[in-house]
Amino acid sequence: MTDIGPTMKRLLLTLLMLFLPASNAFAALDPALVRQLAAEESDDKIAAIHQLGASADADAAKVLKAMADDELLVAGEAVFLFDGERAVDAASGAAIEPAPETYESITVNNRVRSELSNALAALKLYDADRGVRLAAVTELQSNAGIGMVPVLAAALAKETDAEIRALLKQAHAQANLANPDVAARLAAVESLAESTSPATRGLLLPLLETANEPDAKVRKAAAQAVEAIEARLAFGEILGQVFSGLSLGSILLLAALGLAITYGVMGVINMAHGELLMVGAYATYFMQTMFRAYLPQYVDWYLLAAIPVAFLAAALVGMLLERTVIRRLYGRPLETLLATWGLSLILIQAARMLFGAQNVEVANPVWMSGGVEVMAGMVLPWNRVVIIGFTLFVLALMWVLMQKTRLGLFVRAVTQNRPMAGCVGVPTARVDTLAFGLGAGIAGLGGVALSQIANVGPDMGQGYIVDSFLVVVLGGVGQLAGAVWAALGLGVVTKFLEGWSGAVIAKIVVLVIVIVFIQKRPQGLFALKGRFVDN
Amino acid sequence: MRTPFTLRFLAAMPRSGWIAMGCFAAVTLLLMPALHLFVPESSPFHVSNYAITLGGKIMCYAIVAVAMDLVWGYAGILSLGHGVFFALGGYAFGMYLMREIGTDGSYHSHLPDFMVFLDWKELPWYWAGSDSILWAMILVLAVPAVVAYVFGYFAFRSRIKGVYFSIITQALTFAAMLLFFRNETGFGGNNGFTDFKRILGHDITSPEMRATLFALSALVLMLTLLAGRYLAMSKFGRVLAAIRDAESRVMFIGYNPLHYKLFIWTVSAMLCGIAGALYVPQVGIINPGEMSPANSIEIAIWVAVGGRGTLIGPVIGAGLVNAFKSYFTVAFPEYWLFFLGALFVGVTLWLPEGVVGLWKRIRARVAA
Amino acid sequence: MSMKPIDNDTDNRDGEDGAQVVGHILQPGVDISHKVILYLEEISVSFDGFKALNNLSLAIDAGELRCIIGPNGAGKTTMMDVITGKTRPDSGTCFFGQTLDLTRMTEPEIAHAGIGRKFQKPTIFENHTVFENLELAMKTDKRAWTSLFAWLSQEGRDRIADTLKQIRLDREADRLAGLLSHGQKQWLEIGMLLMQEPQLLLLDEPVAGMTDDETERTGELFKSLAGKHSLVVVEHDMAFIEQLGGKVTVLHEGSVLAEGNLATVQADPRVIEVYLGR
Repeated sequence: MTDIGPTMKRLLLTLLMLFLPASNAFAALDPALVRQLAAEESDDKIAAIHQLGASADADAAKVLKAMADDELLVAGEAVFLFDGERAVDAASGAAIEPAPETYESITVNNRVRSELSNALAALKLYDADRGVRLAAVTELQSNAGIGMVPVLAAALAKETDAEIRALLKQAHAQANLANPDVAARLAAVESLAESTSPATRGLLLPLLETANEPDAKVRKAAAQAVEAIEARLAFGEILGQVFSGLSLGSILLLAALGLAITYGVMGVINMAHGELLMVGAYATYFMQTMFRAYLPQYVDWYLLAAIPVAFLAAALVGMLLERTVIRRLYGRPLETLLATWGLSLILIQAARMLFGAQNVEVANPVWMSGGVEVMAGMVLPWNRVVIIGFTLFVLALMWVLMQKTRLGLFVRAVTQNRPMAGCVGVPTARVDTLAFGLGAGIAGLGGVALSQIANVGPDMGQGYIVDSFLVVVLGGVGQLAGAVWAALGLGVVTKFLEGWSGAVIAKIVVLVIVIVFIQKRPQGLFALKGRFVDN
Repeated sequence: MRTPFTLRFLAAMPRSGWIAMGCFAAVTLLLMPALHLFVPESSPFHVSNYAITLGGKIMCYAIVAVAMDLVWGYAGILSLGHGVFFALGGYAFGMYLMREIGTDGSYHSHLPDFMVFLDWKELPWYWAGSDSILWAMILVLAVPAVVAYVFGYFAFRSRIKGVYFSIITQALTFAAMLLFFRNETGFGGNNGFTDFKRILGHDITSPEMRATLFALSALVLMLTLLAGRYLAMSKFGRVLAAIRDAESRVMFIGYNPLHYKLFIWTVSAMLCGIAGALYVPQVGIINPGEMSPANSIEIAIWVAVGGRGTLIGPVIGAGLVNAFKSYFTVAFPEYWLFFLGALFVGVTLWLPEGVVGLWKRIRARVAA
Repeated sequence: MSMKPIDNDTDNRDGEDGAQVVGHILQPGVDISHKVILYLEEISVSFDGFKALNNLSLAIDAGELRCIIGPNGAGKTTMMDVITGKTRPDSGTCFFGQTLDLTRMTEPEIAHAGIGRKFQKPTIFENHTVFENLELAMKTDKRAWTSLFAWLSQEGRDRIADTLKQIRLDREADRLAGLLSHGQKQWLEIGMLLMQEPQLLLLDEPVAGMTDDETERTGELFKSLAGKHSLVVVEHDMAFIEQLGGKVTVLHEGSVLAEGNLATVQADPRVIEVYLGR
């Protein structure tokens, strides 16, 4: 019989509270209720807290806050708090003269404390400020007990903001899970099925057991709800992988875009392309060092300054390589491949001697650290978001350059028919140099992006050369759209495989996929078709 | 009347070639081993451990270079992944060497040390039979051959050519390297195989063993050259060169380039496998680093330096570059990459026919 | 000329879809006389929306010498690509004789079956000698394994010597083919065709870049070949076509515009419009 006690009490309390909010709202604080805060039994305290909490009264909030801070004091029958030096009666707000000499604070155990913070949060649910309300309902998400049901119902009735309403609804349903009424529990479970958070799944899981949930209908609903949430969670995970795939893809794209230009226009396989990325990354490092030394107050903005510097540095190196070596090897692709490999060795060694063989530290600016949470359990790191945005920017820039400028026109002309372009007066040699510079510059921009998520060291470019070639090969030579799709596709596929089988196997599988793909479409995704293809 | 095969074989090389081959055989098969084994260390004529190992190593490289030249110089297929076949041969023989350690490893287990370290209880299935040197020799040939055949079949069938093919081979060796870096692959992960003790019960570091391996490398190199010479002179070689110069014409006169390329590609991979198997016991280690793309691309520069499309060129190239490397990496380690890089650039720009081409030009000028 | 069964050695059998080389697909409703060596029916090929061949139908009789003319872009080269297996048609059938479906064979298989092709731009092996060029082209077992041990017989040498005389390159036999003049290269390529002993020769602008004298000799050579071989000659040079004197087919926008002897087609108002009009 003993274990019926608390249940009965709870039931009574609940019934009581169902009527209380209406009767008690907007009334001055009931002294008896305030007095009850100091009761012996925690249950009595909690009942009082609930009632005060449902009152939506600013004074109630003050009292509860004081209680939570251990500043609600008891001296004999009086329950009071200090307002500055003045002792004030908690219920009426009248000053108590003289202030009691001896008093003690009301004991707040953990259970009471959690109810207190809920009640405080509940009071905030009526705040005029949307931000405060949102914060309050978010706080209630984690620990809404059955006692909060009326409060939440009341808040729900008043709330107009859609986002807060949704959260309130969920909290309300959570609180109702412990409702003795089967229909209420069922409604709660059904409502919770719309959740996306793993925590809700955790709440629902116990309901699958007969021991915890006597009603079969609710159990069934809970099972369905868990399933629905799990499906949604899996979806979230997939979204997360798609995102990291896209961010890897955008890095690949930055690395491959420049290559697409140089290979597309000149048919030059530039094995030193990865080292142009490295030049861009070291340029970023250089700008960071400069800002730290000379403009420490603007150090967070070094990255913006690094963009043009990296572009120019890589473009200059690229044009230098083109003028001195690559130019002499046009029409000999295999030799170009070897010579540019040699150039890459020289660049690596040069970087080692200038900056040391160790990786250098390039810090994310403050505005790029942290992340944005798009849904429960899915945080998108800012640096990756920024890189995706940056890639879009570079892509747009390139599109404008290629489609809208004279240089772009020339480059496209040379890509399609070099001798004819020469005949109609396109300075093909200069176009080559400039196009190579452009491709190199874009690799430099890739280096800027890379410096934000990967190590910056002399060997950093080597790891990207195979990948970026795969992108170019997959996308089809000289095809910007092909490069975009190939890069993003490779990125996403790699990330999915990584989640499934680990990084090394993923890499191998991707290589196999590419090889098999080239079996089917030797000219890449976006093949130029026609009688000139072979020649 | 059909000319007997032996006669045709002899005719494949001019007399001067045979004389040069004979001299090389005398030096490497008799003189060097004898100077190493029987001349006391105090004598200035003694060939040291270091020298004989370096010589053996370079001859292994030379075999690889010739194999590379067969596909690049003759068939116009630039492979940037030949290191993978070399390493596969090395690993195949390395498995035998690991088993030959017996229970003399640090853990005194019948399993190789790295397996004990991984807490493996028995050999994986693909190690079956690895205690037999005969099986190891079969693997040395078969594994590179099968990998090359399958890869080549798909690549050549889809008519992947030129730089595309080169890039794909680079991806191949890169993938293989990643695979072998994994401990779970069962080939010692990062560290690969090392601490070999003996071959067929004989101490692997003994002078006799060194001399034998050296002579064996020389023998294989000579056989490779002869086979290469025969291939180059045969109609097969002429078809290969024709494929290199005008593949579509070759198809339209009725040859299927797939089979020609596939044959030379597979043979080349097998030669690399043999070279790898000879290399591993001489240097005493094999690890996934051998499969790094940089290693494979270096093979191409040996061939380019020597002169591709000739058989002696790759041998000279491999010798020159590696002799230089041995010296440079000790004397000026920080400048080696500059030198190697400059070599890549310089040879492609100014010496497209390599040292052999240069020699020919000088001789022509002197004669004129 | 008899249609010998063609031996397909297993070596040449990896057609892209693994198809058997020999098919017995006879088109119903089409009159295939035993004299026809090449039959193209409703072949269409398009490149990115551009229709290079548009329902092209054409039949070549055994032993015939046929000239094909047409303005640029009429589809002449694409037609040769289809016949030799370089380009797969989007639709239509292409039969060699009555049994060989060319759309399902690879280039080497087609060459082996007896179709030789001369390209518009002479393609020869420039780093081989003239002699070696002919040797490589010679009709023989062309499998890789056989080539490893192949040895040129005296009979083969004689054949090469004959052909060298025929194409008037006997004094250049040991020169590198790359060092020949343009006209000589054209001749060498024709010589390589002859060495293949094909039943059907496709010749894409064979006299481009030749002197008048060389052109005339080429014409005589072709005329002497007709009867024993079938020839399809694509040319722009009307005088040369007149010299050959065979039937002329005019292609326009991927299909046949007119067919008949040269005088007839030259008088055809549609042909005149295509060449002169617009």
